[in-house]
Amino acid sequence: MTELALQQYLDFAYIVAVVLFILSLKLLSSPASARWGVLAGEIGAALAVIATLFNPELVQYKWIIISLVIGAGVGVPLGMVHMTAVPQRTALSHAFGAMSAAIIGIAEYYVGTRQVTRFEMGEISLEVIIGSLTFTGSLIAAGKLQEVLPQRPIVYRGQNIVSLSILAGALGLAVALVVNPANTILFPIMVLVALIFGVMLVTPIGGADMPTVISLLNSYAGFSAALLGFVLNSKVLVVAGALDGSSGFILSVIMCKAMNRSFTNVMFGAFGQVQASSAGVKEERVVRSATPEETASILAAANKVVVVPGYGMAVAQAQHKVRELYDLLTKKGIDVRFAIHPVAGRMPGHMNVLLAEADIPYDRLVEMDEINGDFPQTDVALIIGANDVTNPAARTDQSSPIFGMPILDVDKAHTVMVIKRSMNPGFAGIDNPLYYLNQTLMLFGDAKQFVGSIVKELGGH
Amino acid sequence: MPPDFISNLYVFILAGFVGFEVIKRVSPLLHTPLMSLTNALDAIVVVAAIIIAGRHETRLTTILGAIAVAASFSNMVGGFVITDRMLRMFKSGRSKQS
Repeated sequence: MTELALQQYLDFAYIVAVVLFILSLKLLSSPASARWGVLAGEIGAALAVIATLFNPELVQYKWIIISLVIGAGVGVPLGMVHMTAVPQRTALSHAFGAMSAAIIGIAEYYVGTRQVTRFEMGEISLEVIIGSLTFTGSLIAAGKLQEVLPQRPIVYRGQNIVSLSILAGALGLAVALVVNPANTILFPIMVLVALIFGVMLVTPIGGADMPTVISLLNSYAGFSAALLGFVLNSKVLVVAGALDGSSGFILSVIMCKAMNRSFTNVMFGAFGQVQASSAGVKEERVVRSATPEETASILAAANKVVVVPGYGMAVAQAQHKVRELYDLLTKKGIDVRFAIHPVAGRMPGHMNVLLAEADIPYDRLVEMDEINGDFPQTDVALIIGANDVTNPAARTDQSSPIFGMPILDVDKAHTVMVIKRSMNPGFAGIDNPLYYLNQTLMLFGDAKQFVGSIVKELGGH
Repeated sequence: MPPDFISNLYVFILAGFVGFEVIKRVSPLLHTPLMSLTNALDAIVVVAAIIIAGRHETRLTTILGAIAVAASFSNMVGGFVITDRMLRMFKSGRSKQS
């Protein structure tokens, strides 16, 4: 077979792979067909990898085989992590993906230093900058999610100016390289500056903003791969990168809307700073609490119950106890559903995965817009480890930092029950007027233990 | 502008639109698996890494290529494995009873 004919077969394999990738995402539109989507993606990826191994440019296979084996050896355990570790695993995979894209760009620069044109230099620089900052940014995000690093935002005066100057520095070096691509000393400095910028970008961001950040890093990782496709003139990379980039972009927009933040606000990293602690008027307000026994009897008398899970449920690992509660109440003929706020948890869809892991049928998980109209007919809204997404101040109090954020209208339910460790305000430091309403009962304790006690009470009857 | 750039730009824009239309329809229920699946697909950069590692031009590029092969292939394998594990957990109320 001539080399040209072989090249055409390889290109054809890539086209089939691209079609399978798009099909893979399309099949994800419904949980019933989603697993076929994974299969389509796997076949496409395998086809592309195998075709690449026949590329006539390859002269040595030793390092390819060794690294593929290492990659599989690292990848399988990373795919087997516990479901509660999914947010940090996702951040880590953004880091790996961005690192690969950056490294390939760097290698391409050192291969082609002699004949690189100004235009190509611009492409490579941009690609390597985005890849590098996404790499370190994602590592910081993974560290925060794994709680190796503090989850609270780390801020200092003039932070935005310092961060933006560093970014400007990286871009300035890129411009200098475009002007004179032979100035090789500048290239590693540019990479270093971009790596530093990634750290600066994510350190000021708090845990509650992680769903937005992780989506944004997802989109950066995708676009860096697409840019790499431009550098290498590889259409399969352009398409896969564009798909991943637009997916991250859509998720970022959804997360922004769910937090009532503008997209520019997020793009320029001004987030994490909105959390001015509103040390408002400290009036004595009455809070009513209830014991597990009382809670159990109220739940048993209800017809319709809506459970609102949040990050607290994930931290307490309460999802399996919640499933037991769901089973008991359902057996009594009580209608139990789960209200899912888009930013509940630490990444898009976090709560759905945890509840699915606990074997709760997905048709019981209802999105915010669909369930909000049902709260006035709901007997009990049971909030487990969620705070800001239920705060009615977002609707009424113009001075509240979260004013305008769409929330779950739990305050319209006949009885509101909140499982919470103490009256300390939540992560964002914003007081929640929900806790002082007449129909609200505070259930103080650890989410897993408290739900466990309710289950015990209900099981006893 | 080189002609390759223009044709790549066409592909990028069209793929971006296709991605937007397809991903818009993904149920919010599956946003976490969506992210892990797109990560696995994005790991297709492994094909570029394989070429860099196997062309054996300089020692530096071979090492860089090998690192990129390992990192992106781990993403590909791990991404597919975890996406499938997650999707296996999603059961509807009807299928559960049967």
